[in-house]
Amino acid sequence: MAVNSVHWFRKCLRLHDNPALQEAVNAAHTLRCVYILDPWFAGAANVGINRWRFLGEALEDLDNSLKKFNSRLFVIRGQPTDVFPRLFKEWKVTRLTFEYDPEPYGKERDGAIIKMAQEFGVETVVRNSHTLYNLDRIIEMNNNSPPLTFKRFQTIVSRLELPRRPLPVITQQQMEKCCTKISENHEQLYSIPSLEELGFRTERLPPAVWRGGESEALDRLNKHLDKKVWVANLEHSRINTCSLYASPTGLSPYLRFGCLSCRVLYYNLRELYMKLRKHSSPPPSLFGQLLWREFFYTAATNNPNFDRMEGNPICVQIPWDQNPEALAKWAEGRTGFPWIDAIMTQLRQEGWIHHLARHAVACFLTRGDLWISWESGMKVFEELLLDADWSVNAGSWMWLSCSAFFQQFFHCYCPVGFGRRTDPSGDYIRRYVPILKDYPNRYIYEPWNAPESVQKAANCVVGVDYPKPMINHAEGSRLNIERMKQVYQQLSHYRGLSQLASVPTIQEEAEPPMTDESQTSTSSSSSSSSSPPHPTVMDKYKPKRPTSLDLFPQLPPAGTQVCVCVCVSICYVHVCLCVCFRERERERELGCV
Amino acid sequence: MKRGQTGLQSKCPAFSAHEKRANRQKKATSGCAQSYTEDWGNLPHHVVLQIFQHLSLIDRAKASSVCRRWNDVFHTPDLWRRFEFELNQPATSYLRSTHPDLIQQIIKKHAQHLQYVSFKVDSCIESAEAACDILSQLVNCTIKTLGLISTARPSFMDVSQSHFVSALTVVFVNSKSLSSIKIDDTPVDDPSLKVLVANNSDTLKLLKMSSCPHVSPAGILCVADQCHGLRELALNYHLLSDELLLALSSEKHVNLEHLRIDVASENPGQTHFHTIKKSSWEALVRHSPKVNIVMYFFLYEEEFEPFFREETPVTHLYFGRAVSKDMLGRIGLNCPRLVELVVCANGLEPLDEELIRIAERCKSLTAIGLGECEVTCSGFVEFVKMCGGRLTQLSIMEEVLIPDSSYNMEQIHSEVSKHLGRIWFPDMMPTW
Repeated sequence: MAVNSVHWFRKCLRLHDNPALQEAVNAAHTLRCVYILDPWFAGAANVGINRWRFLGEALEDLDNSLKKFNSRLFVIRGQPTDVFPRLFKEWKVTRLTFEYDPEPYGKERDGAIIKMAQEFGVETVVRNSHTLYNLDRIIEMNNNSPPLTFKRFQTIVSRLELPRRPLPVITQQQMEKCCTKISENHEQLYSIPSLEELGFRTERLPPAVWRGGESEALDRLNKHLDKKVWVANLEHSRINTCSLYASPTGLSPYLRFGCLSCRVLYYNLRELYMKLRKHSSPPPSLFGQLLWREFFYTAATNNPNFDRMEGNPICVQIPWDQNPEALAKWAEGRTGFPWIDAIMTQLRQEGWIHHLARHAVACFLTRGDLWISWESGMKVFEELLLDADWSVNAGSWMWLSCSAFFQQFFHCYCPVGFGRRTDPSGDYIRRYVPILKDYPNRYIYEPWNAPESVQKAANCVVGVDYPKPMINHAEGSRLNIERMKQVYQQLSHYRGLSQLASVPTIQEEAEPPMTDESQTSTSSSSSSSSSPPHPTVMDKYKPKRPTSLDLFPQLPPAGTQVCVCVCVSICYVHVCLCVCFRERERERELGCV
Repeated sequence: MKRGQTGLQSKCPAFSAHEKRANRQKKATSGCAQSYTEDWGNLPHHVVLQIFQHLSLIDRAKASSVCRRWNDVFHTPDLWRRFEFELNQPATSYLRSTHPDLIQQIIKKHAQHLQYVSFKVDSCIESAEAACDILSQLVNCTIKTLGLISTARPSFMDVSQSHFVSALTVVFVNSKSLSSIKIDDTPVDDPSLKVLVANNSDTLKLLKMSSCPHVSPAGILCVADQCHGLRELALNYHLLSDELLLALSSEKHVNLEHLRIDVASENPGQTHFHTIKKSSWEALVRHSPKVNIVMYFFLYEEEFEPFFREETPVTHLYFGRAVSKDMLGRIGLNCPRLVELVVCANGLEPLDEELIRIAERCKSLTAIGLGECEVTCSGFVEFVKMCGGRLTQLSIMEEVLIPDSSYNMEQIHSEVSKHLGRIWFPDMMPTW
């Protein structure tokens, strides 16, 4: 019987190191490569023009590469569940291949497709290629729960065998064997949708700073690995003015769209290091970004609520403010802080910002200044940031807003000082907020402090030509630190700097809390779904009784049914923080290096 | 729903909802086959009460609808001593509010039982006003602990001063035995503090009122003069005076345990900060040798001039904005009681010398946190070596440490771990 393969491109938009694609060509008589996209849904989705353009270019590049093999990319408009039954029949498909998608939404969608394929008698082949490791294996090694500290994650990973070696690129020979006739009206039926078709206006659209596609990715990889560049990066990894700008060797968007295989990058870095450092084994820091990506993917893979606060077991419930007006000012770069506005402008125009710039704007929106939920910030990044992976984006936002992963919260980036330290000249500001270009260096990060004469001389009066700062940073950060303290004190086993976490206060005023006990017990029972907590360890981290007025017990909001959910989530937080603390302990025990 | 059940199950495994139903069915079919004492409804009052004390309000409310006896227990005064009112508006907060019916029920039935009361409000003025409305109805109370907490923006500041003050004084006048009050970021004023003092001077132990702009140094001095049991005080630096420290150190006054001072300025150069005499600090520490003196600084670099020129008995220091190198140098010289230090930011020069001096002179230092600063790896190792195991908290951002010829980033972790006697890593942020 003829083997008719369909390879479904989703996250790995490449021909190199694509194990599922290799499976598709294996002994197949025909092969069609498809990408499924719903233009109507696409237009409605919260994804900005730069991300669509990048995707379009990546698909075009795939199509061009396939053309060289006398094949084409079939872009199919619709929803996978509607599209596949039609394709199965029309093309007499016997085999469907795609890469494993570890994200909860993807797992659910793929489950449905696999079931459907079964009904049609179509064999499905799924291969892991978007992450370095098998994430389930990491979770298994950590007693069936995802590691919640990066150190713990690194320890687990260091005990795993090296990632699978990358596979070579698909060859002409392989493709010849399963060559499929391309119909005359292919362009008409299966073309890549233009930005106009997706509902975007493209007049006055500036050229892309980041060009999508596998060819560009491999080109950049070579530059990235260029010995001199790389050595220089290793020696001077500290941020400077240059690091703020889009770099021709930047790779993160290409990893996001799978134009570049993370394993190819991993092995290239590893080999280069061993060549340069005389075969010494490379430190984990070499793979920093790759491992962070893996870390967040692991944390998210079994948590469908990973991208929200409510119902998310690892997210601390923080009483964020709702303030659409302030959020809009931040998102549109109208905060009145040039450093923040420049970063947000660069993000909107180009689709990429340096990771420290991300820290700066994320801190400003959430715990640092505006006290607005990380979920709102995450959505803006999802729209604008080329490399915004669902898991990595949500995870990083939780981290930066001190909502999860047990991060120190004492450190808030200053929206004036941090920028000035990074780029004392202010050239970065002048490039992205040109209205301030004539400000002297001294005032460019805080134009509102410039004397009126200076403002007039620079042709930009604060409050007229450029907004006044939307918040007093000193006051805002003072309030926010107090609020974070309030939140963390209720998670009474938090052990940060004691000055911040709990200041010793009068004991006799406190009664034994009535809720703490019940929360502990509930948490033990509710956690059984993930991993039964070790009783002695649980006891060790049993919430302390509050010892001061600061520690008002957490009574659940009363009255309504819905409130129960709030309680449940608070309990989950207890569990998860316990897990987190246990991990810290284990790290100590293991002496993880 | 889920929580209610799991909570009960885990606390007393025999008592599951399932079994309860089974029991009931049994009774229905076999009449009085079961002995009277086995009926859950006949558990002694004190046993049910003890179980209820372990349940959340929601669970208690649910359990109270099981039978009349349980419902009686639900209204036991002991269970209503502590309550937290949460007041939020859907437009400004993601959190839910305490149900209005419950609020009414508490005011009607349980107001006289309330002893430990807090209000959590979101950034909306309506929430703060609702809190004031409840406060002004707490007439027949003997509240001991009162906390007004803004969970987002300080919305009590938006309430008209007269509304706020009249609500607060209702509690001050009627309760008569207030011992702990937390009213940070509110428009409390001198006259209301006078009412507080007039009614609660014997019982007041704790007063937190950071960022209350309507209070004057004279207003707080009046509290210190009259309330001799005051052990904890939180206020802003502009309220701190030599007279206040002396009043807190008078013979009649108990030992002060905790003094928190916020030092903040709105705009650079606009605030002039006074200095406190060395003799006043000395008097305080002589009177209360164990007192914690916590200072939070949110100043511009050039405003640190008046601080720590002389020996200051501060124990906890937090610098929320950039702090000058010069100032950190003075801390090493003049803060011998320092226990904890957090520096969020500093200029671009390494802080090696300053840290080493702090290690040398601040013998009680046990915790340090560094954010946007720079220290060379060798300088940092030297600092840790001098402090050794007494550093129980060491939170250093990864970017703070500058690798040098002696140590790179890989080596520093093992070197510092060695000196601390435990595994240590710098804090890191995701690079994504």
